[in-house]
Amino acid sequence: MKKLSALPKPAKILIWFLIALFAYALPLLELPILSTPDSDFASVLFTVSIYCLVALGLNIVVGYAGLLDLGYVGFYAIGAYTVAILTSFHGSWPLLLAIPVAVVVAMISGVILGAPTLRVRGDYLAIVTLGFGEIIRLVAVNTEWLGGNKGINNIGRPPNLGDEKTGLFEVPHLFWGDGTVLLDNKDTTKFLIFGYSDAVPYYWMGLTAVVLVLLADILIKNSRVGRAWEATREDEDAAELMGVPTFKFKLLAFSTGAFVGGLAGALFASRQSFINPQSFLLLFSILYLAAVVVGGQGNRWGVLLGAFLVAYLPERFRGFEDFRVLAFGLALVLLATLRPEGLLPPRRTVRAKQLEHELDELEEGAEPDHDGEETARA
Amino acid sequence: MPDLTKQEPAAAAPVAPRGGTVLEVRNVTLKFGGLTALDDVSFEIAEGEILGLIGPNGAGKTTCFNAVTGVYRPTSGDILFEGASIIGLKKHKITQKGIARTFQNIRLFPTMTALENVLVGTDAQHTTGMLSALFRLPRHRREEEQGHARAMELLRFMGIHRKADELAANLSYGDQRRLEIARAMATGPKLICLDEPAAGFNPAEKVELMNLIRKVRDQGYTVLLIEHDMKLVMGVTDRIVVLEFGRKIAEGAPAEIRDNPAVIAAYLGVDEEDAS
Repeated sequence: MKKLSALPKPAKILIWFLIALFAYALPLLELPILSTPDSDFASVLFTVSIYCLVALGLNIVVGYAGLLDLGYVGFYAIGAYTVAILTSFHGSWPLLLAIPVAVVVAMISGVILGAPTLRVRGDYLAIVTLGFGEIIRLVAVNTEWLGGNKGINNIGRPPNLGDEKTGLFEVPHLFWGDGTVLLDNKDTTKFLIFGYSDAVPYYWMGLTAVVLVLLADILIKNSRVGRAWEATREDEDAAELMGVPTFKFKLLAFSTGAFVGGLAGALFASRQSFINPQSFLLLFSILYLAAVVVGGQGNRWGVLLGAFLVAYLPERFRGFEDFRVLAFGLALVLLATLRPEGLLPPRRTVRAKQLEHELDELEEGAEPDHDGEETARA
Repeated sequence: MPDLTKQEPAAAAPVAPRGGTVLEVRNVTLKFGGLTALDDVSFEIAEGEILGLIGPNGAGKTTCFNAVTGVYRPTSGDILFEGASIIGLKKHKITQKGIARTFQNIRLFPTMTALENVLVGTDAQHTTGMLSALFRLPRHRREEEQGHARAMELLRFMGIHRKADELAANLSYGDQRRLEIARAMATGPKLICLDEPAAGFNPAEKVELMNLIRKVRDQGYTVLLIEHDMKLVMGVTDRIVVLEFGRKIAEGAPAEIRDNPAVIAAYLGVDEEDAS
């Protein structure tokens, strides 16, 4: 990290560009070890991108503002159902028009849930949000207007670019033979056709959303709003006495999180083309929270890593059938024991700076360096 | 341009030194159930003054602070800040109006850096919201620049600018106390309430702190000081209010307070009849 931040700006931009390019090209590369042998790699990657979105959104609520939300799937469901209703069940809006409405509806529901409940703290808030997630699902189960248990199908797809048969152009995938890499001209992705069989365009859409949300996250975190969230998380009373309108900022965190959750749900619904209440079980709220906590709540790169692991590992090891869930659980327990702050806890950079400072002092023969081992790993 | 003397009243001070009343606590009574924590307490603080609030443990000093900063709502009585009542205002509103405080038990934001802690303080006077931040509107840029400059200035004033990038939790005890004062000053207050700022300091540090409090006042702030250490209080304050069991038992210049039999009784635990 230290080396990376020391590079001149053009080099940094180039590195980020290459990373982004690699991320976009990932489903085309069909890398032997990384790819999932038992399920469509592009579909898995799309799921990963949705989990990344959700983790970024939940990280704002849990990681930045310190509000334990166990019903995050509720916002995800609201986004998905809004899109489903508008594009299929009760209307035939184009998806690109339905998504903004879905996010706004999710955001408003965040305000409606938050306004009365954000006055309670800690465990109580967790219980209230837990209830919220379940209420949303049960309402969906019991309301015919929302499709009931049967759910809603034929949800709108994003608009295609170019001809239905070929797209604007076709992008070949790679084929890894024995020690050779070939362009596979039979296995191509049409740019940009959102069909059912090829998940790659959806993955690109999801990844683009992740990149945009990530940028917004960086901009907001590094401002008065981000500081207010952190201060509220650290000591709500002290923050209030330092002039932070904590309730307002908690509500803002909640609705921003709901916004991102709604977006993720909308994209998910569009890709699945079919949703029913089974897609929004409590289990998912827990998984999302696991992604945030495993990765390192409060650190955007950490939660992205966490989301990747939570979404990817069970698919990668699908071959092990039921054991994969056991292994996943074991991995979580191990992590909780060995790295209770998550894989990438926040503030590495500050610690790195501190280490630098300590090293300077060490060179002057002042103080021994205690954190050497810790930061060497980082 | 932010600087330490940006308080307008202070700039005008030479014309009318020690101007009007900044804070007036008027017949404030505060009860918790059957317990009367404050009983009909009244005092005033004039602009540019250092007022000491002393009394034995449990006398109601911190409760009084909490009433002034909006943590508790008085059962009866009124608190006027610059002539307007602040009873019932939200805590952050009172801070934004110009009353800042520190805490008896240090309450910094431990996982934020020293600079960020102070920046949270400067944000009290800022209005950047989500959209300004997201689109980096001019307001965001202006406020960030001003805030950073002001925050660094305050850290330098407190002598901890070298530690700007350290986490608050990693600072030494004394530096944490200093950082709390810097953070309080950053909110742009007219009145600063210091709750036992010298607690846990050695004598040398206390002397340094006394000088610092005077310096703070000289920057144009009015200071309300709770302190246990009589020497420190006597040395630095202009006027002292003494509380005992929630009641004001004396008020006056340090010399008067030192010789006041009721105060001596309160501190030495003599019966009031014997003392008088």
